[in-house]
Amino acid sequence: MSAARAELADLAGREYAYGFSTDLDTDFAPRGLSEDVIRLISAKKGEPDWLLDWRLGAYRHWCTLAEPTWQNVTHPPIDYDDIIYYAAPKKNAALSSMDEVDPEVRAMFDKLGISLAEQERLSGVAVDAVVDSVSVATTFQARLAEAGVIFCSFSQAVRDHPDLVRAYLGSVVPYRDNFFAALNSAVFTDGSFCYVPEGVVCPMELSTYFRINAAGTGQFERTLIVAERGARVSYLEGCTAPMRDEHQLHAAVVELVALDDATIKYSTVQNWYPGDAEGNGGVYNFVTKRGRAAGARSKISWTQVETGSAITWKYPGVVLQGDGSVGEFYSVAVSAGHQQADTGTKMIHIGKDTKSTIVSKAISTGHGQNTYRGLVKMLRSATGARNHTRCDSLLIGPDCGAHTFPYVEVKHPTCQVEHEATTSKVSDDQLFYARQRGIPEEEATSMIVNGFCREVFRELPMEFAVEAQRLLSVSLEGAVG
Amino acid sequence: MLLIDDLHVSIGDSEILSGVSLEVPDGEIHAVMGPNGSGKSTLAHVLAGRDPYEVTAGRVLYEGVDLLAMVPEERAAAGVFLGFQHPVEIPGVPTMYFLRTALNAQRRARGQEELGPVEFLALVDAKRRLVEMERALLDRAVNDGFSGGERKRNEILQMLILEPRLAVLDETDSGLDIDALRVVAAGVTTLRSPDRSALVITHHQRLLDHLVPDRVHVLAGGRIVRSGGPDLAAELEAHGYATLGGPAVESLTVSTGTVSTGTAR
Ligand SMILES: Nc1ncnc2c1ncn2[C@@H]1O[C@H](COP(=O)(O)OP(=O)(O)OP(=O)(O)O)[C@@H](O)[C@H]1O
Ligand SMILES: [Mg+2]
Repeated sequence: MSAARAELADLAGREYAYGFSTDLDTDFAPRGLSEDVIRLISAKKGEPDWLLDWRLGAYRHWCTLAEPTWQNVTHPPIDYDDIIYYAAPKKNAALSSMDEVDPEVRAMFDKLGISLAEQERLSGVAVDAVVDSVSVATTFQARLAEAGVIFCSFSQAVRDHPDLVRAYLGSVVPYRDNFFAALNSAVFTDGSFCYVPEGVVCPMELSTYFRINAAGTGQFERTLIVAERGARVSYLEGCTAPMRDEHQLHAAVVELVALDDATIKYSTVQNWYPGDAEGNGGVYNFVTKRGRAAGARSKISWTQVETGSAITWKYPGVVLQGDGSVGEFYSVAVSAGHQQADTGTKMIHIGKDTKSTIVSKAISTGHGQNTYRGLVKMLRSATGARNHTRCDSLLIGPDCGAHTFPYVEVKHPTCQVEHEATTSKVSDDQLFYARQRGIPEEEATSMIVNGFCREVFRELPMEFAVEAQRLLSVSLEGAVG
Repeated sequence: MLLIDDLHVSIGDSEILSGVSLEVPDGEIHAVMGPNGSGKSTLAHVLAGRDPYEVTAGRVLYEGVDLLAMVPEERAAAGVFLGFQHPVEIPGVPTMYFLRTALNAQRRARGQEELGPVEFLALVDAKRRLVEMERALLDRAVNDGFSGGERKRNEILQMLILEPRLAVLDETDSGLDIDALRVVAAGVTTLRSPDRSALVITHHQRLLDHLVPDRVHVLAGGRIVRSGGPDLAAELEAHGYATLGGPAVESLTVSTGTVSTGTAR
């Protein structure tokens, strides 16, 4: 790469198209965290006692923990007393129809390209819209209900289906799991809930759209998806945040449970604000996601495209409990500018003949640092278990880095683990070949990088694959070289 | 069409081309032959704008404008095509998609309307029959796992779709079986017209038998040491480069000791 181009790559910031904030009338909890704040959140939401007790248990446990330091990222210390743990757009009484959604909120989603009303009419994708931790609208509920599928905000699920929530909440990610999971369990404000009954194939894609809007707030949502025997569901989450010059904390928990022969496909297109060209601001995305392939022949598949956030720390995993269950993890993680990503997966094989597949594509440009960290663990009971891992890193420019930390623990001799890893650059030969055919340099780079990610993108639902490619191209703008 | 005037090219400290002059008029096909390592691919790459080569002196005019001032994609849009000696793989990028992106990028740059998917498909189907390529090959990623011969056919297919004014073909005939050679020759002949030209780099007489070039040039020691009509190729075929008369060839024998074995076939 020529010096001039290197300079260009450094100078060219990336345009973040979702960086506006909306003036919503918002209800806040006081800054900082205490049992009182937790009681306040729980009271505001009219929660049952068992849930408040659970939150307080989580909080007390959290107080005994220290922030983890093993991950390959650096950031200034987070002041947990300086965060607002509850922010909700005020006009948020239970809605009986889409027409009641606050016009300001609607306008905000229109601007994001997600018109809630249009979504309901046209796209055939049911959307739960979450702003600053609170669900503001869920589309398509009636049609889903016909099929027996419950898809609603977490708060509504606590009100209307308390037994289901109580049975599964914390069953995959207990609050003792880690620092951020404990924090989330104490203060989570909303999220999405989905329940697909026995034998039902969910008639449409489900999606939740997360938006951090208010300043100084953290976002702590919780998602719980349960697929009963033979059920199938595909779910997608998308995320954006305004440009702010302070860091914002996002610490979510996602739990998936798949019973016998059930399939859950969970896709994420994460585009939180990554911070500016100097590394100021941006979202800290510290997320715990795990699925329990509890039943025989059940399948849980994670696909993630991580283009945003200043720091990403997440390891969507699968506990392969049922015999013959399948876990998959397909990931594209981009770190451009000063972004840091430490991401990967955990595949815990317990049942016989369980099978997991890991495909990780890490792209680093600018000063980005990208770490793949993955655990494949096969217990003594997991006879005949198999894993295939493929980790490819792509470097664009001289100042970025890629790191791979695979951990493998195998306790039975019949298990098979395969690991392939490559690190490459966008080669000058490839770039020149494309340019010789008339494709401008930036478009050529983006095309080559998209090709690198193809195995992962083809796992996404069609319309989101297009969106993911577009986001990737935007992330790479100015990163040519 | 193309005027190369006293072109000097270096990589790092070593000079590879030391004053190449060559003119290709409109409508003509010129062949460039020469021993291994004499700078043929270097010349081709410099015409296409490849990066590490440094032009230290001389100029190149393409249709009267300074070709060296343009970036590679501008040259492509202006009608310069390079058939690579070693076409690269681009994993994950389907050939069809690549071709359409390339054609539309060129059309955009020329202010023409882009081709929609249906028209494009029709175009590709017509052209790929000319080069006898299966559609299935085009659904695979660019050159990914293609055999040597398939890659070369793919170069010709791209040339036929992009319809360049000036095609520079770098050993597109090397490593081909007899049928493939015929296909490549037919491809170049299809494009032959009064307003298109080609510079064909080859080691083999047999391609030139099909093409019948207007001129044949011999590049050796970084210079054109001899130019002639189609007969020159036959003469080289019979006697090799070492038997070329004249002072230029003596200096050539001095500068590279293995010249005559260098024409290995
Ligand atoms: N990137 C490079 N770095 C260093 N030397 C180079 C580079 N590219 C070419 N050369 C040298 O320049 C000389 C000319 O190479 P070039 O590829 O142009 O030869 P050629 O005539 O095409 O040979 P062949 O018939 O074998 O294809 C060779 O000695 C080669 O080693
Ligand atoms: Mg060569």
